[in-house]
Amino acid sequence: MAQHKVNYLANGGAPIVLTSIDKFINFGRSNSLWPLTYGLACCAIEMMATGASRYDFDRFGTIFRASPRQADVIVIAGTLTKKHAEFMRRLYDQMPDPKWVISMGSCANTGGMFNTYATVQGADRVVPVDIYLPGCAPRPETLQYALMMLQKKIRREPASKAMKRKRLV
Amino acid sequence: MRAYSPKNDVQKKSYYNDRFHVVPSVPRADVQTDEVFLNDLTTFKEKFTVLDAYLEKGHLVIIIEAKNNLKAVKFLKEKLSYDMMMELSAIDYIASRQGFEIFYEMLSMSKHKRIRVKCFIEEKEELSSVESVFKMANWSEREMYDMYGVKVKNHHNLKRILMPDDWYDYPLRKTYPLQGDETAQWYEVDKIFGKEAREAIGPEIRDGAAIDRYDTTRFARLGHEVPYGVDITNGKEPEHTPLAYQEEGGVGLFGVRIIKELHEDKSVQLKKRR
Repeated sequence: MAQHKVNYLANGGAPIVLTSIDKFINFGRSNSLWPLTYGLACCAIEMMATGASRYDFDRFGTIFRASPRQADVIVIAGTLTKKHAEFMRRLYDQMPDPKWVISMGSCANTGGMFNTYATVQGADRVVPVDIYLPGCAPRPETLQYALMMLQKKIRREPASKAMKRKRLV
Repeated sequence: MRAYSPKNDVQKKSYYNDRFHVVPSVPRADVQTDEVFLNDLTTFKEKFTVLDAYLEKGHLVIIIEAKNNLKAVKFLKEKLSYDMMMELSAIDYIASRQGFEIFYEMLSMSKHKRIRVKCFIEEKEELSSVESVFKMANWSEREMYDMYGVKVKNHHNLKRILMPDDWYDYPLRKTYPLQGDETAQWYEVDKIFGKEAREAIGPEIRDGAAIDRYDTTRFARLGHEVPYGVDITNGKEPEHTPLAYQEEGGVGLFGVRIIKELHEDKSVQLKKRR
């Protein structure tokens, strides 16, 4: 009898974990961020390197999905042209809530060196950006860091808040 | 006090003048110096009017009448074996000559010679397509139409190739501003959100040197991160943001830390790879 006694109060001994719903939901959300397989320019090469075995995005629970319906992060990796902005916004709109945006590299942040008629001067003119990631192009480590910052951001905010309608841009 | 000079057009002016600068020009040679070209030109002249012909860097340049362009290109391909069209496009001379110069750059694989056929059209004049002779002219002519607004007759699919279909104006004309006219600057906003969203989104920031270190909505602050939209003016800027790879309070499972806590002061930077 005594050998089956469970000490529910002892550290590490209990088969029960107590936590808040917010923490639990955010634990799930932040540890399986599925980005959209979506590359625009040379930053996409770095994004692919981040996804590949050497840098291994997989260990963050981050698996690239080929459909916006299955994705909750979109990494805008590269130069966003004015012609393409419409389609980028459509992909973003197709993603289920809650969703997040990482703007990767100078071009996506501000238009970068393409101060011309054909380039969107910052992806935040089209979608609400959560993480701005500087660099040209950012190294895979930087993208990992951005993802970790995004995870922190998700864990910090109440789970219900993410369901609120996001700001337009 | 220094005399005031207006600064708003400073980017348009050249601020450096070299008095001794000579504008480079490609030396032109007479066609007589090259036998192959001379023969070709003589044959060509029997059928078409040649306004001018000269050699430039080993290329034969002939200037023809724009109405003959299709026939001339066809003749060069079939009779004189210039069997490849390398490039065709337009050059904007609207300001000086009220029109475009069209060039066709052709290559003969058997003669190892290159020839450039040029013609001049008025701004609104139409040009015949050479698509029936060279397949590559399909996209090049579409690009010419897209970038310069040169209308091409008998092209099977003359629409914009690079810019969106509803784009206004032709971007490679000399009169087109580099940063776009008003329609271009608001293009994505108008298209996605509608004109009424212009005010909410605001104009584009075109100044490449524009940096607002207190703007916490638009700028990444690597190593000095603050949450979105937090006010950091008047000395509220954090002097140092601790390395934040880890959760506040740590990652625990069943009350036990599963990841060792990072102490920034005790961490070391590796001098070389282990």
